[in-house]
Amino acid sequence: MLSPLILLSAVINGLMTGAVYALVALGLTLIYGVLHIINFAHGALLSAALFAAFLAWQKLGLDPYIAAFALAPLFFALGYALQRFVIGPASHADDRNMLLVTLGLAVLIENGLLYEFHADTRTVELAYGFKSIDLGFTFVAVSRLISFVAVFAVALVLWLIMTLTDTGKAIRAVAREKLGAELSGIEVAHIYAVTFGLGTACVAIAACLLIPNYYANPSAGNAFVLIAFTIVVLGGMGSVPGALIGGLVIGVVESLGGFFFGESLGQVGIFLIFIVVLLVRPRGLFGASA
Amino acid sequence: MKAFVPIAVVVAMLATVPAFLHSNVVLNFLVVTLMIALAGQGWNILGGYGGQYSFGHAAFFGTGAYVTAILQMRYGVNAWLGFAAGIAAGAVIGAIVGGLAFRAGLRSSYFALVTLAFAEVLRILASVAPITGAGVGILLKLDLGTRSFQFQSRAIFYLVILALVAVALVIARLLERSRFGAWLIAVRENEDAAMALGVDAFAVKLGAMIISAAITAAAGCFYVQYFLFIDAGIGYGSWISIEALLTPIIGGTGTVFGALLGALVVKSLGEGAKLITGDIPGLDLMIYGAVLILVIRFAPRGLVGAVTDAYDYLRPAAQKRAVEAAHG
Amino acid sequence: MVEPLLRVEGVSRRFGGLLAVNAVSLSAPAASITALIGPNGAGKTTLFSVISGFLKPSAGHVRYDGMDVTGEPPHRLARRGIARTFQIVQPFAGLTVRHNIAVGAHLRHRARDVALQMAEQVGREVGLGELLDRPAHTLTVAGRKRLELARALATEPKVLLLDEVLAGLNPSEIRAIVPAIRALATRGIAIVMIEHMMQAAMSLADRVFVLAEGRIIAEGSPAEVVADPEVVEAYLGHGAAARMRAAYGH
Ligand SMILES: Nc1ncnc2c1ncn2[C@@H]1O[C@H](COP(=O)(O)OP(=O)(O)OP(=O)(O)O)[C@@H](O)[C@H]1O
Ligand SMILES: [Mg+2]
Repeated sequence: MLSPLILLSAVINGLMTGAVYALVALGLTLIYGVLHIINFAHGALLSAALFAAFLAWQKLGLDPYIAAFALAPLFFALGYALQRFVIGPASHADDRNMLLVTLGLAVLIENGLLYEFHADTRTVELAYGFKSIDLGFTFVAVSRLISFVAVFAVALVLWLIMTLTDTGKAIRAVAREKLGAELSGIEVAHIYAVTFGLGTACVAIAACLLIPNYYANPSAGNAFVLIAFTIVVLGGMGSVPGALIGGLVIGVVESLGGFFFGESLGQVGIFLIFIVVLLVRPRGLFGASA
Repeated sequence: MKAFVPIAVVVAMLATVPAFLHSNVVLNFLVVTLMIALAGQGWNILGGYGGQYSFGHAAFFGTGAYVTAILQMRYGVNAWLGFAAGIAAGAVIGAIVGGLAFRAGLRSSYFALVTLAFAEVLRILASVAPITGAGVGILLKLDLGTRSFQFQSRAIFYLVILALVAVALVIARLLERSRFGAWLIAVRENEDAAMALGVDAFAVKLGAMIISAAITAAAGCFYVQYFLFIDAGIGYGSWISIEALLTPIIGGTGTVFGALLGALVVKSLGEGAKLITGDIPGLDLMIYGAVLILVIRFAPRGLVGAVTDAYDYLRPAAQKRAVEAAHG
Repeated sequence: MVEPLLRVEGVSRRFGGLLAVNAVSLSAPAASITALIGPNGAGKTTLFSVISGFLKPSAGHVRYDGMDVTGEPPHRLARRGIARTFQIVQPFAGLTVRHNIAVGAHLRHRARDVALQMAEQVGREVGLGELLDRPAHTLTVAGRKRLELARALATEPKVLLLDEVLAGLNPSEIRAIVPAIRALATRGIAIVMIEHMMQAAMSLADRVFVLAEGRIIAEGSPAEVVADPEVVEAYLGHGAAARMRAAYGH
């Protein structure tokens, strides 16, 4: 007999993991919403961010949660520069080229990491790494609880940027109607780069939240990004609330799936959801308009 | 017939290589290069001529490899039959993936994603299912002989893969000269306009997907006969999806020789880097990534396109003026 | 009376809350030119998209040669003989003019050389003879409009839907293309043309339908339609007909 409490603890675990998925997906969906392409370099950038968080801890002794405040702007700048000076100019305003360039970047970054750091797995050891809170029926790691809260804080900040700042308004204008925005004097190349920067900053923060109980490795980001693709598709490409809800849902599905069918089949389950949603309802479950 | 002369010349020239080159290392390099060219030519049919960019051609490569291996090792099927079955199985997977994706109207990012996802599902399944040897993979029994499609001599393998590449080149040329090819290119250029002219875009894309998958699957079948081993990471790993698209894009998409040229360039760069700095993992792929970006930036029509443009540019100015005057 | 080649019966098409085409009926007989006019946003292009299978109607039927072809996909309708051009031209940008037209010709001719030969012939017919080997993306607006026409013609249609092929052309270009269109009708094709250029449309058309806000508000010969005050109002705004009558002292 399965105790409902065990199930509940699997659900809670899933929600905690799902929050970080949601953050990775948030970056992806933001970029899709404005540039209308899937950023295939997202996973490699996450791997790079995991290494950055690891190095900040190893070389500078920075706690990952502190490092987040430095890495987020740093990765924003990186993302901005990549879009402004590499992806944008290289793709000649063609969607398919843009996809290929992000794929090229993914290969370049991932193998650059492999070249530099080899395939070893690196972990961060923190004093509070194993601290957890007793909920009576299950334990929740403090670090995971922190990341759960942090993700919603980041989402809130993003929302404020989008609604209150001029840049945010410009981003939304470009997302709605690129040509119209261009005609009204918005510099689309800049907005594209800002959006890409924001998406990349999300990844940096996600890395800092992950590293306390995860690891850095040249392909560590890929696992997350394939899941993030699923979430973005599930939540509707370009939809921010969709990414958040989708992230939590996938976190729970994976946790329960792993619980019932074992780890790798749980993953297959996610991909099957992904494929079915793509085929049946490519606008996503929460996708509003056509 | 004239249209096939360049293919005949190129293939004939390549066929003479083993006559004066006996180094196993070099032959091995050429065999692998041609195998990638074959996989890339498969991608080129769908991506280059049809404009549908798949990020998951590993699904076909791996299926070809696994079916060839499984039929021989588990069911004692003859290697040549296994090879043919592998190609057919790749085509079937192509029909399934293409049928679902095109029926759902997926394009661009969505199509890239769904192909990638199919390849990943197959990779995960192959890494757990007993029939594919799960995490261990499948080792083919060493059994030299023509009957078992295993050759002591690299030169013979080289000629076999060259023959396969030759067939793939001819398929591309036939495509260019057929109605089906004209329709496929029309769909690439503008799907709505093509449909208005009576093109069944779904059927055309599906057909291209099946041919494309079959060719890439053939490369997978060859892989397993050559290396006598397959596992999930090799068969369904992203490396082959990437190399399959990299080669025609670098060489020139939608051209007969693009994939072959691209494979020669890409593989030479990779090997060159290894010669200079030693075999450090990641370096060759790093270079591929950089080359991909640079080619798209500076030669979006690939090397074949760049050569054509250079030729046009260098053509005597007077001749160019005459042509322009004629065109008003 | 003979059954007209194309008959649209009570077709409506809704986009969310907007009824872009509202219970429209019209017919186009063979060997004649039918004009469809109306102000911007009236639903003309939408109606063409429904007839040619690019959009499914929310209600109503499209009959072609006596058969109900409602909701058939575009490629099948093209095979039956319904061809359309696009208001926003859709060339195969990377291909030459000749290869663009050949795609249309392939619909009835499998062989590559036959299709290319046909393409050349049709290209010359619409005045693209000099430009056959130019990439389509280098053409001017006028050239692209001709290319739209040529590709559609190459499919050897029985019904030809022309969406503003005269727009963007200068008067001499219009004078050049008008006889070509006339000739097509004489050949037996049922032509339906959307036009903003009232004058050209009126001089070409045998029969005119006027669409405004999704509805047919008038139909008849060109002379009847221009005399209809409702038509003038639809074009020039409320009260225009009365003002015009007053101004001209009728
Ligand atoms: N795909 C669509 N989705 C939503 N609304 C649409 C769509 N296509 C057209 N519309 C709307 O339907 C109405 C009719 O558009 P349509 O293009 O048919 O007009 P038209 O008569 O061809 O105008 P024009 O003379 O400007 O070409 C317009 O209000 C337009 O905004
Ligand atoms: Mg219109």
